[in-house]
Parts: sequence; C-alpha cells; structure tokens
Amino acid sequence: MAYLQVNGITKRFGGIVAVDKVSFEVNEGEIVSIIGPNGAGKTTVFNMLTGVYKIDEGEIIFDGKPIHNLKPQQIVKSGISRTFQNIRLFQDLRVVENVLVGTHIRTKYNLLESVIRSPKFRKEEDEKVFRAIEILKSIGLDHYRDDYAENLPYGDQRKLEIARAIATGAKLILLDEPAAGMNPQESEELLQFIRSLKQKGYTIIMIEHDMSVVMNISDRIYVIDHGKPIASGLPAEIANNERVIEAYLGRGRKNAEDK
Amino acid sequence: MVKKMVSEKSGKGFIYNLETFISKYKLPIGIISIVILLVVPHLGFSQYIMNILIKIGIYIMLGLGLNILTGYTGLVSLGHAGFVAIGAYTASIIAIKSGMNFIPSAILGGLLAAVFGILLGLPTLRLTGTYLSIVTLGFGEIVRTVLMNWDSVTNGTLGVKGIPKPEIFGIKLTLANNGLYYMMLALVALITIFCIVLINSKTGRAFLAIKTDEMAGVMMGINVTYYKVLAFVLSAFISAVAGAFYATLIGYVDPNSFTFDISTLILSIVILGGMGTVRGMFVGAAVLISFPEVSRKLMDYRFVVYGLILVFMMRFRPQGLLGWKSQMPYKLSKNVKKRLQDLENSPS
Repeated sequence: MAYLQVNGITKRFGGIVAVDKVSFEVNEGEIVSIIGPNGAGKTTVFNMLTGVYKIDEGEIIFDGKPIHNLKPQQIVKSGISRTFQNIRLFQDLRVVENVLVGTHIRTKYNLLESVIRSPKFRKEEDEKVFRAIEILKSIGLDHYRDDYAENLPYGDQRKLEIARAIATGAKLILLDEPAAGMNPQESEELLQFIRSLKQKGYTIIMIEHDMSVVMNISDRIYVIDHGKPIASGLPAEIANNERVIEAYLGRGRKNAEDK
Repeated sequence: MVKKMVSEKSGKGFIYNLETFISKYKLPIGIISIVILLVVPHLGFSQYIMNILIKIGIYIMLGLGLNILTGYTGLVSLGHAGFVAIGAYTASIIAIKSGMNFIPSAILGGLLAAVFGILLGLPTLRLTGTYLSIVTLGFGEIVRTVLMNWDSVTNGTLGVKGIPKPEIFGIKLTLANNGLYYMMLALVALITIFCIVLINSKTGRAFLAIKTDEMAGVMMGINVTYYKVLAFVLSAFISAVAGAFYATLIGYVDPNSFTFDISTLILSIVILGGMGTVRGMFVGAAVLISFPEVSRKLMDYRFVVYGLILVFMMRFRPQGLLGWKSQMPYKLSKNVKKRLQDLENSPS
C-alpha cells in the first residue's frame, strides 16, 4: 500500500459538495501535485488531510494507519504537517521561536519541569533550540534567527513556514501554493529547495498554480475540478490532457464551431 | 540588500541602546533595585505611602495574572475581579473559621479560583474576542452577586470582618512592622519569576502561538483547548492569591471591593504597561495606582484626566508604555552556544 492512501473522500457543506469522492495515493519520497482551477476544492482536501475538516465519506490511510477524523494534533504527531496558502507565521515571534513552536509536539517536558528548570527541561530545551537552528541553517534562514517573522521578505516567510512544518518532525509535508506571489527568480529558488527536501527523504504534496514549478518537479499530478477528480498522471500526460485544458481554458474553438 | 537591512537591527534606536545598557549592567542594576526595595520601609515613609506601595504590589500581581491570559494567550477577560474575590473570600473565611495561616489558606483560595478558571475556560473555548469578554464580564458579576446573597457563608453585603494577618515563625506580619511590605515583595518576586520561566518554555510559546494565529497553532499540533484552559487556570490562581493578600492587608472584604471597576483597572494596567510583557505590569500598576493619589489636587477632574491619559495612550502608543519587542538576540544557553561553535569548527 502507498505511503498515503486517500480513498474516495467527500466533504459537503450543506448542499454543496466541495470535494466529491477524491482518491489519490502518494508513495514515500514522491512529490505529488494537486492542481485545478480556483475553487476546485484543493485546499479543502488539505484541510481534510490535516484534520481541520471531518470527512463525510471515504478514508485516509497514512503509513498503514487510518487518520481521517482524528484531531489535528494527532495527525501532526503521526507525521503530517502543512503550510498555508496565505502565510500564517507567528508574526510577533522571532524566526527561531517560530521554528521552536514547530517542535512543540515533540517536546516532552511538562509544565512543572519547565517552571523549576529541571535538568530534563534544560537538556530538552537545548536540544530543540539546537535542532531549530539546524533547520534554519539547512534552509538558509539562520542569519534571520533573531529577527521577527513579520520583518522577513515574502519569499523567506514562505521558507520559514516550511521550516516550521519540518520542525514538527513531519515526514509528509503539504505545501499550499508555496510559489504564490513569488517572482520567477524566487520560485526557481523554491523549486531547488523543494527538490532538496525530496533528497532528504521528505514526501511532499503540493497545491500550486505556477505551472513552471508544477511541471518541473512533480513526480505525478492529480487534477480536480468542481470537487471531482478529472485526471491524474505524469506531468507530460497532464499537460496534454484535453479535460484538463478544458477545465482551465474552457472548450476549444473546434468544439465551439461544432455547435 | 533587503536581507541585510532586516538582520542589521535597523536603526539601533533608543530601545536597542537601552536594552544593551540593561543587559550589560544586569547585575549591578539588579542588586541596586533589590537593595532599594529592601530598605524602602526604613526610610521613614508614612504608613500612607507604604500602603500605596503595597497596593501597587498587589496590582502588579493582578496585572501579571491577567497578563498570562490576555497578554500571552490573547483572551481578554473583563471579569478578573471575580477570581480576586474568590481568592479573597475563600482564604479569609478559611483563615477565620479554622485558624489556618495565610500561605496555605491563600493557596486553597487560589486552587478554588483555578477550578472556576476551568469552569469558565471550558465553555468559552469556542468564543473569542468580544464574545469571550462578555462572558467573563458576566462571570465577574455572578461571583459578586453570589457573594452578596450567600449570607450564611459570606455574610452578604456586610462582608467578612476580622481577617487575621499572616504569621511567619510566630511573628505577626503587619503594616507597622513592615512584614506585609516584605511579604508583598516576596509574592511579587515569586510570581514574576514564574511568569518569566513560563513564557520561556514550550507552554509560553504555545500561549503566544495561540494569540498570534490560533489556526496555525493547531496545525503545529498545539492542543489549543488544553492551553487556553491552562491560561485561565494559572491566571485565576495568581489573581486569587493576590486577592487573598489584599484581604489580609485590609482585614475586611465585602462584595463591593470586587466590582467591575477592579476588572477594568487590572485590564488597564496590562494594556497601559504593555501587553505580554512582565516589565509593563510594574510600570502599569505603579502609574495607575499612584495616579489617583498624586493627583488629589485635581479634585473632581482627576478621573477625567485619568480617562484622557488612557485615550491618548491608545491613540499614540497602543502597544503600551513598555510594550516594545525586545531587540536583543534570542538568548541561547551556554550548551547550545558551545554546540553551535563546535558545528562551525568542524565543517563537514
């Protein structure tokens, strides 16, 4: 079975079916993209994967265990973390503190131990701070360590979100439009960065509109439109798939003439 | 170019210089302030002044207590007088009925308030912003109404009289022997240290994360329910201990000692001093408690001036008097520094 197996998940908001029987699978170490026009239900899929929304039908199996309808913190603990379409950093916290919040779920000391500053607290806190700095170094943000997140340039804020997601100890990282609002040079950098994550053994699911990013790094692509899956396959297949082109651009001229 | 500017601590302004100065002379500044605080009672100030100083101390504790909830976690409470009242009444009644000393009875008062903190925290989890504030406001009023009407226990509107003074090693702590002043110092010091160690731990970071972006916090695996209730519990406990101390200082409590005005005063201290800072609580309490005293000359106009100050503060310095963000580097422990150095020395 695949690393992440999504079988026919459905989400309804009242009478609207936002996501309708979407299935996909992701193997360990893959980069999989989910694309589709605006409002297709891509972010809803992410929200279902991360436990923000309960699913109405279907199942999500991660690493052999069902994770659908678990609480978000249980899902994070099982090894899935995400970034957001609109950057949601802890703007008032320092860069290093943002990453430290990411380590929260793997930090074991309790309240009493932290208040009396026990040896266990010191040891673990030191470990997490060191780990946070390591992540910042690996991602090329260490020179910002003491700055407040809100003062970072846009592209680096996106990177910091990814750093924070890595800090949770996640193996599967969901990136929600990581290249949104980036200039070509920034998205090229991002591309390299996501590739380096793959080399480090992370599995990545990405929602993205920037086709130069999607086509370049995806191992496979799933396309959804109006909540329904319409295509899946290798980047080259998707680029030439008529239903996909139709979903994005509408019917071609040939069809219009047929009428 | 842009990158450089951000990390350069751009401006290196007044705050930066001030913080550098303080961190450079941390030890002498600390020793001098401690010595001053310790010798104040022996400088011959009148009991009136000493009373105000102790009152400032109580409001520092209350400010620190509310700061955990409002400053760190971002939950605005307009009913903290309720927790203060629970602490004051519980500790006083226990002390009178059983002859228990101040410290255990204050802890019991704090624990009971903490239970109410859970009760108030749980149903309000789904509420944020103004809705939550209204619920806490209601809580404060309910506590006061119960105290007023539960005659058999609280003696109704007449209040509880003859609250014993704290005793340590058989010595009664009073205003005259400055025992209460030193006890205030000890309590303020304890609570201050608690707040500082709390905020510099995963608990503190979870609070701040919830305040800044609850959703992002959830996605980092923070159990928001637990931490919100925890903030209520800690905040209620500290406020109740301060309330118990207030009761033993005055020797008398009645329901009208814990009106909505007290709740807003505590909140004003937090906002004026600088939400989410410890230093701000000291300045906020000192300014707002001493102001009515030093401005007696203004007579009836003093509360107009008081209001105007708050309005202008919100207009021109909404982050509070001392509400700046530290510009000092994030403090690393020696161990981490050493490991980082090792890492640099062995480029592999």
